[in-house]
Amino acid sequence: MQKTYYDPADLKKFGKISEWNEELGNKFFDYYNSVFEEGELSAREKSLIALAVAHTIQCPYCIDAYTGDGLTRGITKVEMMEALHVAGAIRGGASLVHGVQMMNKVNKLEM
Amino acid sequence: MIKSLKRRNSELADGQKQLKILSNELFSEGHLPTFKQKISESGQFPLRAKNLEILQINVGYMCNQVCKHCHVDAGPDRKEIMTRETMEQCLEVLKNTTAHTLDLTGGAPEMNPNFRWFVEEASKIGVKDFIVRSNLTIMRSNKKYYDLPEFFKKHGIHVVSSMPHWTQGKTDSQRGNGVFQQSIEALRILNELGYGMENSPLKLDLVYNPSGAFLPADQKSLEADFKSALRKDFGIEFNELFAITNLPISRFLDYLVATDNYEDYMYSLVEAFNPATVSNVMCTNTLSVGWDGSLYDCDFNQMLDLPVNSKIKHISDYQEAILQNREIAISQHCYGCTAGAGSSCQGIVS
Ligand code: SF4
Ligand code: SF4
Repeated sequence: MQKTYYDPADLKKFGKISEWNEELGNKFFDYYNSVFEEGELSAREKSLIALAVAHTIQCPYCIDAYTGDGLTRGITKVEMMEALHVAGAIRGGASLVHGVQMMNKVNKLEM
Repeated sequence: MIKSLKRRNSELADGQKQLKILSNELFSEGHLPTFKQKISESGQFPLRAKNLEILQINVGYMCNQVCKHCHVDAGPDRKEIMTRETMEQCLEVLKNTTAHTLDLTGGAPEMNPNFRWFVEEASKIGVKDFIVRSNLTIMRSNKKYYDLPEFFKKHGIHVVSSMPHWTQGKTDSQRGNGVFQQSIEALRILNELGYGMENSPLKLDLVYNPSGAFLPADQKSLEADFKSALRKDFGIEFNELFAITNLPISRFLDYLVATDNYEDYMYSLVEAFNPATVSNVMCTNTLSVGWDGSLYDCDFNQMLDLPVNSKIKHISDYQEAILQNREIAISQHCYGCTAGAGSSCQGIVS
């Protein structure tokens, strides 16, 4: 069998992390579940944010989870891809904006 | 247009073969707990029929559409059609039952040549809620059906229609090219007649079921999304949205197997099992009549050839006292009715 670091089946076992520290585990999941409840932002909007963030932090489990979650909520693939471009723009922008630092440095050092 | 499983001579056209697959045949590792075990754990086995409230009559498997997920395996190539004689037997039963709801389904029930006659006769008997499950496109498919909306209005029919999504792409990919546009046209006409409008007695409900191997989200939030999108984009109104879970039978089962989604889907149903839904699954207050008059606990059991556990098996022999309290015939597909908030023809059950 091919060995890989990530096994999609592990996503289902996520809840088990509480077994080795119930108190902190429960606190985390309480918090997690509260975060995704309908609030000022709709659960649908939060799902799209989660999907974009999942791609930014490149977590395959979260990508699977929030792609599935988006489908159940009727989010279309076009909307999902748009959310990813937001993530991509911020990632790209975050690199580029540091260019100002580079430019400052060059401007300072060059005659 | 895709063909029905039956027309394709697929082995999954056979209810027994489907039941065999559902009994763990395809699992590569481990096994699913049986539905029987699962409901036994919460002391809910055997599941028994209560008083009859809903008589659901399937007047034939013929349909103008061939939706990918269809649990009936309906389509233009299906010729099973209820005869007038069987319809007369249904009317006899309707006169004498406790059922307050009559629910006509198919295929496209309107394609049965005796459909209008049956609706007229049944509405003379009178039930509190007279539902026709219409796929909408039938109303625009051929001139002979153009007056169906007026016909429905005249008889105070409660129209319940499938709508997989508020966008064209998702709807057409599940139900066929052009379905979305025709459905929107039909909804507009129904709205113009007063269907689905605030304070109107003419009820128009939509049915959502996921367009793929995943479960539906919360019914209320989906309803809100459907309402705001259909209102904003098309000025369309409707009453309620019923979110239903796809049951792993017939064409949806075929899809699950062909796309290697079957195991994961079954596990997700079992994981989402909610014991609180069991006492309200629709088989407990519904009787389903097949096109040939055979009796089933629900439309799904009908498609699996799982008849009622009773010595009465046909509408012509109907006796409420004997059918009452019968043990419901269950199998692994029943997990579909008990996942999450539960699922029935009327949407969530808990
Ligand atoms: S419209 Fe309904 S009955 Fe016809 S194919 Fe689609 S799901 Fe089946
Ligand atoms: S599939 Fe039919 S028999 Fe099984 S729980 Fe659902 S309604 Fe009842």
